[in-house]
Amino acid sequence: MPETETETVSARAGGARARGRTGCALVTGASRGIGAAVARALARDGWAVGVNYRSGADAAAGVVSAIEDEGGRALAVAGDVVDPATPDRLFATLEAEFEHPVLALVNNAGVSDDDLTPSMSDAAWDAVIDTDLSAAFRMMRRALRPMMRARCGRIVNVASVVGLRANPGQPNYAAAKAGLIALTKNTAVEVARRGVTVNAVAPGLIETDMTAQLDGDLLARVPARRAGTPEEVAACVRFLVSEEAGYVTGSVLSVDGGLAA
Amino acid sequence: MSVTTEQVESRVVETLASFGPDASQITRSATFEELDIDSLDLVELAQVVEEDYGVVLKGEDMKELKTVGDAIDMIVERAG
Ligand SMILES: NC(=O)c1ccc[n+]([C@@H]2O[C@H](COP(=O)([O-])OP(=O)(O)OC[C@H]3O[C@@H](n4cnc5c(N)ncnc54)[C@H](OP(=O)(O)O)[C@@H]3O)[C@@H](O)[C@H]2O)c1
Repeated sequence: MPETETETVSARAGGARARGRTGCALVTGASRGIGAAVARALARDGWAVGVNYRSGADAAAGVVSAIEDEGGRALAVAGDVVDPATPDRLFATLEAEFEHPVLALVNNAGVSDDDLTPSMSDAAWDAVIDTDLSAAFRMMRRALRPMMRARCGRIVNVASVVGLRANPGQPNYAAAKAGLIALTKNTAVEVARRGVTVNAVAPGLIETDMTAQLDGDLLARVPARRAGTPEEVAACVRFLVSEEAGYVTGSVLSVDGGLAA
Repeated sequence: MSVTTEQVESRVVETLASFGPDASQITRSATFEELDIDSLDLVELAQVVEEDYGVVLKGEDMKELKTVGDAIDMIVERAG
């Protein structure tokens, strides 16, 4: 990248502007897969980005260096989103490091643990609901404080096509993602007049570690006849976080090659 | 650190004014209903009060408040 361009990006990277305010961004579960692609896309838009991860310290450090190589700013922040103490800790760390409030939150961290309803264990049910739904709620609750005060903010929740249409064998995941979509809409309406938008993306079959074990059956149901890439999901998140998307709130953007249509 | 009623009053008026009503309408006897201050505004007021004075106002506390004066009195009492 030419030096002048690098300088421009670094100058903006102290905190990108959302409706004239400077802030930083936090992406949960950003050490790999969709979250890593989202973190890189937001950094390219000038956001200083918190790259949250649970166990993949090396992978998260890799995402941070990739962002820095492109002239952006990022910080890896460890934290299990299921722990109720995590939101406060992550926000305080980022506010101190970037000297701006978190004005963009992407709830991406997610897990699946598939089984049919009649044989599903309580542990599998709880783990998926806790990570994919309850943790996102607690992150949003914390994020809304500075966003409401700043009169601007962007929250994007990474849901799933499974939150919109049934997928036998994923009752816990489907319930969590459908719940996340309902939470997105409800909160969007509560805070719309404060200039804060809350949206969801609903990816279909995306090539990541999460889908590495899947067989070809699902692929045959995708009208586009191919899996999507993390970058294609990231492009949608980047749009919803952008200043241009200020009038988009409470919406669910499908990124699924036509699967939910 | 103790706070005076005047300090709390001016902070509350300033915060409520940022939600829309004209500062001149925000008197001690004005009701939140008259001022068009709703539950989301009160949540934000509670947040400001917590940050500035360390006073935690819960949802049920806020429900009892009808006028601007009620809010100021409760904050001063708890901060004292
Ligand atoms: N891939 C798909 O086809 C697809 C489709 C629809 C929706 N989605 C959704 O997209 C999101 C990302 O999926 P992905 O495919 O990119 O997943 P992935 O490749 O399995 O990556 C998951 C990421 O989430 C992190 N994570 C998991 N549990 C966490 C926790 N408790 N606290 C903090 N971080 C945690 C992981 O961090 P560590 O590695 O450090 O543990 C990792 O960075 C998920 O919400 C998923 O449900 C994916």
